[in-house]
Amino acid sequence: MSKSNVTRRGVLRTGAVAGAGLAVPTIFTASSASAFTNEPTGSSVTLGFNVPQTGPYADEGADELRAYELAVEHLNGGGDGGMLNTFSSKALQGNGIMGKKVEYVTGDTQTKSDAARASAKSMIEKDGAIMITGGSSSGVAVAVQALCQEAGVIFMAGLTHSNDTTGKDKRANGFRHFFNSYMSGAALAPVLANAYGTDRKAYHLTADYNWGYTTEEAVRSSTEAMGWETVGTVLTPLTQTDFSSYIAPVLQSDADVLVLNHYGGNMVNSLTNAVQFGLRDRMVNGKNFEIVVPLYSRLMAKGAGANVKGIFGSTNWHWSLQDEGSKAFVQSFGTKYGFPPSQAAHTCYVQALLYADAVERAGSFNPCAVVEALEGFEFDGMGNGPTLYRAEDHQCFKDVLVVKGKENPSSEFDLLEIVEVTPVEQVTYAPDHPQFAGGALGTCNAGA
Amino acid sequence: MDAIILQILNGLDKGSAYALIALGLTLIFGTLGVVNFAHGALFMIGAFCAVTLSRILTLSHEVIDETRKDFLGNPLKVDVPYVYDWFGQETGDVIIDWAVPLSILFAIPIMIGIGVIMERGLIRHFYKRPHADQILVTFGLAIVLQEIIKYFYGANPIPTPAPDAFVGSFDFGAAVGMEAGQIIYPYWRLVYFAFAAVVIGAVFAFLQFTTFGMVVRAGMADRETVGLLGINIDKRFTIMFGLAAAVAGLAGVMYTPINSPNYHMGMDFLVLSFVVVVVGGMGSLPGAVLAGFLLGILESFASMREVIDLIPGINQVIIYLVAIIILLTRPRGLMGRKGVMEE
Repeated sequence: MSKSNVTRRGVLRTGAVAGAGLAVPTIFTASSASAFTNEPTGSSVTLGFNVPQTGPYADEGADELRAYELAVEHLNGGGDGGMLNTFSSKALQGNGIMGKKVEYVTGDTQTKSDAARASAKSMIEKDGAIMITGGSSSGVAVAVQALCQEAGVIFMAGLTHSNDTTGKDKRANGFRHFFNSYMSGAALAPVLANAYGTDRKAYHLTADYNWGYTTEEAVRSSTEAMGWETVGTVLTPLTQTDFSSYIAPVLQSDADVLVLNHYGGNMVNSLTNAVQFGLRDRMVNGKNFEIVVPLYSRLMAKGAGANVKGIFGSTNWHWSLQDEGSKAFVQSFGTKYGFPPSQAAHTCYVQALLYADAVERAGSFNPCAVVEALEGFEFDGMGNGPTLYRAEDHQCFKDVLVVKGKENPSSEFDLLEIVEVTPVEQVTYAPDHPQFAGGALGTCNAGA
Repeated sequence: MDAIILQILNGLDKGSAYALIALGLTLIFGTLGVVNFAHGALFMIGAFCAVTLSRILTLSHEVIDETRKDFLGNPLKVDVPYVYDWFGQETGDVIIDWAVPLSILFAIPIMIGIGVIMERGLIRHFYKRPHADQILVTFGLAIVLQEIIKYFYGANPIPTPAPDAFVGSFDFGAAVGMEAGQIIYPYWRLVYFAFAAVVIGAVFAFLQFTTFGMVVRAGMADRETVGLLGINIDKRFTIMFGLAAAVAGLAGVMYTPINSPNYHMGMDFLVLSFVVVVVGGMGSLPGAVLAGFLLGILESFASMREVIDLIPGINQVIIYLVAIIILLTRPRGLMGRKGVMEE
């Protein structure tokens, strides 16, 4: 008769030790796999919308926020679904992101880099935001993008047009859907040459900050390649309100085109002043004098009133586009808010959806997995035709719109008309193009 | 030569705005001894009086136009201003077109009212406090006022054009027998300059030739003695505060066609206007006007390409540079009097 040494207590002890032994590596593996900033553990996930709620771009910020709220509604299965119905990727089901309900917090960038960083930091550290998005200035975008890289969260840029955001200041954790200065120049130059001829003398007034420099450089090089000559460039202080003393010298020069590398309030005032000084009624070198505004915004065009009529510029998107994605977005936004969305609202809405989709496709909120899902991602149905999120610089490549101030607007929103949809091939450049030189994407940071 | 004439003209209209704001600032400082940092906000509120009146004049009711569609494909709702119903479309258009000049009449009582309420309600409690306290409270008030305006009107600039009769520009060169098309100057800026000259003249005449003005001037020179003569100088000073507010407000009303007004336009002018007051001499009304025009013209010249090429960045610092030079050589400013702001 054999005697068994197996006792109840022995089995329990052995089992516990073996179980713990087996579990240890799993705990370590699990913790190392999920060790990223603000990993959502509950039934919801928090996004951080960092937009200008005060300061000169507050109206643009308000439109961005409306778009984000609409995106959250659609992601959580509310409303009519908007672009979820037209988006080529079908990963999003209207049940939040990976089954987690989408919630959000907002911050006020004030269109100041330090304030924007502080609000982003607070949303990441206090509110547990897993992704930061929004903004209406390149200075802010570059600053917040760098912060997100350090913090280990994804940054989906809002309205930022400077080449540097995906040029010398690009970061692995940052992505830009909006177009850039180079693309504006490349899209505008052929249209300008076609409308005004190739024998033109241009005078540039440029806002004295990062965006102004890159825009002037882009428009200059594109128009000079078409045969135009640049006869003068003057930097104007960002705080300038009356541009008359800068416009007067244009009358004395032999320039026949004035390029206003200004945005926001600067653009409204410089364009208004230029028209007041009769520049548009002038004949120089036997040609009509012309004005060009490289970056248009409908919200700003409204401020310039009738002065925008007939003036060329470029824009990322316009509500009058007739593709299915744009129509769906305009329908949702217009029904909810009673007026058509701005280009800032469009880019922000799309960025929120693209992030959510990338998480679904990656199967993880881990920023590095999201980066991988977004890099080289090709999609359609979001309003600008087939689009590529290029892996090398995290810039979206898509068609660019050349627009003109409308002669007979039918409403206060109907200020711009689309002159040409410039195909993506014409605005694509090599990742190492001189206008984007310097800086490196680096590697993604998932944080702690 | 053309460039110089053009920049002088440019400087005149910019100088007009500086002079009008600085005049009001000096009136308040000279009478009440208060450094009013909310004065730029009064300029801004004046501009928004013009915006408000043009909105009142374009108050509309909706008419559905079945033949046209809005952006969502629904029948278009067309806004028809009530003035069309009352006066017919032609007269209605003229009234709406002249909104900015009409705003002068609209703004005067409003600005005087705001000025008196501001003085009685808040600023009089700070007469005996140090200047630093006055600056803090009026600066805070300026921020509150601009946030209120932003709440109701938004942050974007609002176009408020001049009447059609004044749109366009005047060929100054051709008029004086020089080459045509070289010295162009917008009509409305000429109007602004003429308006500023009339307002400044009226303020000086009021102070110089009326009994009220004489008492106020006496009060500015020696408040206590005037008080001892049994004159209620405080009441007159309150009225002067209202008047200064009206001057700033009118400067704002007429400025709206030059640059579309927004909520922070007052701050843009405030700092420069203070420099103007200091350069002109604290408490000196002619000094404020003189310095306003002088700095306006200098700022215009500094923005010329030739000057910027020679001294980069001069356009951004010229006013402060001139202020330093004048204060070093004439510490009381151009026309400052002994004993003002000096303990």
